[in-house]
Amino acid sequence: MSLPADHELTEQGLAPEGRGRVLLIACGALAHEILALKRMNGWDHLDLQCLPANLHLWPDRIPAAVEKSVAEHRADYQRIFIVYADCGTGGLLSEKCKELGVEMVEGPHCYSFFEGNAAFAAKADEEFTAFYLTDFLVRQFDAFVWKPMGLDRHPELRDMYFGNYTKLVYQAQTEDPTLEAKARDCAARLGLDYERRFTGYGDLSPALARLAP
Amino acid sequence: MADDDIILSDLSDDELVLQMHDDLYDGLKEEIEEAVNILIERGWTPYDVLTKALVAGMTIVGADFRDGILFVPEVLLAANAMKGGMAILKPLLIETGAPRMGKMVIGTVKGDIHDIGKNLVAMMMEGAGFEVRDLGINNSVEKYLEALEAEKPDILGMSALLTTTMPYMKVVIDTMKEKGMRDDYIVLVGGAPLNEEFGRAIGADAYCRDAAVAVETAKQFVARKHNQAAAL
Repeated sequence: MSLPADHELTEQGLAPEGRGRVLLIACGALAHEILALKRMNGWDHLDLQCLPANLHLWPDRIPAAVEKSVAEHRADYQRIFIVYADCGTGGLLSEKCKELGVEMVEGPHCYSFFEGNAAFAAKADEEFTAFYLTDFLVRQFDAFVWKPMGLDRHPELRDMYFGNYTKLVYQAQTEDPTLEAKARDCAARLGLDYERRFTGYGDLSPALARLAP
Repeated sequence: MADDDIILSDLSDDELVLQMHDDLYDGLKEEIEEAVNILIERGWTPYDVLTKALVAGMTIVGADFRDGILFVPEVLLAANAMKGGMAILKPLLIETGAPRMGKMVIGTVKGDIHDIGKNLVAMMMEGAGFEVRDLGINNSVEKYLEALEAEKPDILGMSALLTTTMPYMKVVIDTMKEKGMRDDYIVLVGGAPLNEEFGRAIGADAYCRDAAVAVETAKQFVARKHNQAAAL
């Protein structure tokens, strides 16, 4: 499966190929990582559909989008798995998945499951002033952070948004010096200290491994 | 100065108030500060400037935010402009006296540093005549309770932006119940991942979707509380 450009994953998502018995309905921000795991593990039974990553700008729309996709594809697959965490839906996505009879990834958001939900929760008391970016979000920083927050037009708003944060943590899924440099630049633009933390795929890998053929 | 620049002091009162609504909408802080001073110099009461110019203007901003016409950056700029006007009016309101609706203690819950929505609510509550004690961010149950004891407010407002921190609101409410003080206060909650069902489930009096709803809800609950007190 070839990947569309990041801006397409952000705005349009990705259609399934129609092959495989298990359909993953995922956030577009996870497409690279899911396809990398699929490739590395030879998980040919998994097909992938991505919803537009920018749904995260309106988390209340995620449950309905997932429901629509499940309804469209349920007949074509033996099983459907939702590759979203709670993602700011306040438990509504979990309720929707229960109602639809499908499972989803555990955890509050991808920052947590990339780091490992248990490890992330253990740091909550000392790291709640951290702002996180993943590989995808570093690449799409302008589309997800800078422009939607109006910082391209009104840079004076920066401290109203980020004044209470202390550092940017780049959770790296891959080793990529170009992304590392970009993440460092993102921290500078937000006026935050910078830390890089290699997480790999965290809890995402075992979550998908459980969907064994 | 461009030919089409508007001289605020040349406008009539009615025109100036409408212009202030436009300037708030456009987030023009300096223009709002100038217009507030003009109205005060013309003999307007600080309370009228606050309600007819600033609050009415922010109400339009709030409605367009709710309807998806304006977005967070524009609301922040408008709020910043209103804050400029409020800074001029606040000392004058204290001097001249203004109707007081009640008192609120508000803060973001423990483990959460997000305060944009909470700050908007605090500002709009002040604009609506409530006295507001803002506890800021990352508030433990102890800090909330201390503030309730010290300030004796009508309302406790709690805010959270994260799915991981919003359950802390229940910790605060449960502690209030344990101490037998829950019913002494109106508890309002808000924040992006919350909803009405969550508000009910944790035992809050109401979930408030945005700052305008928070103000209206607060007014209704305070009125009800006063009515109940009068009936006793």
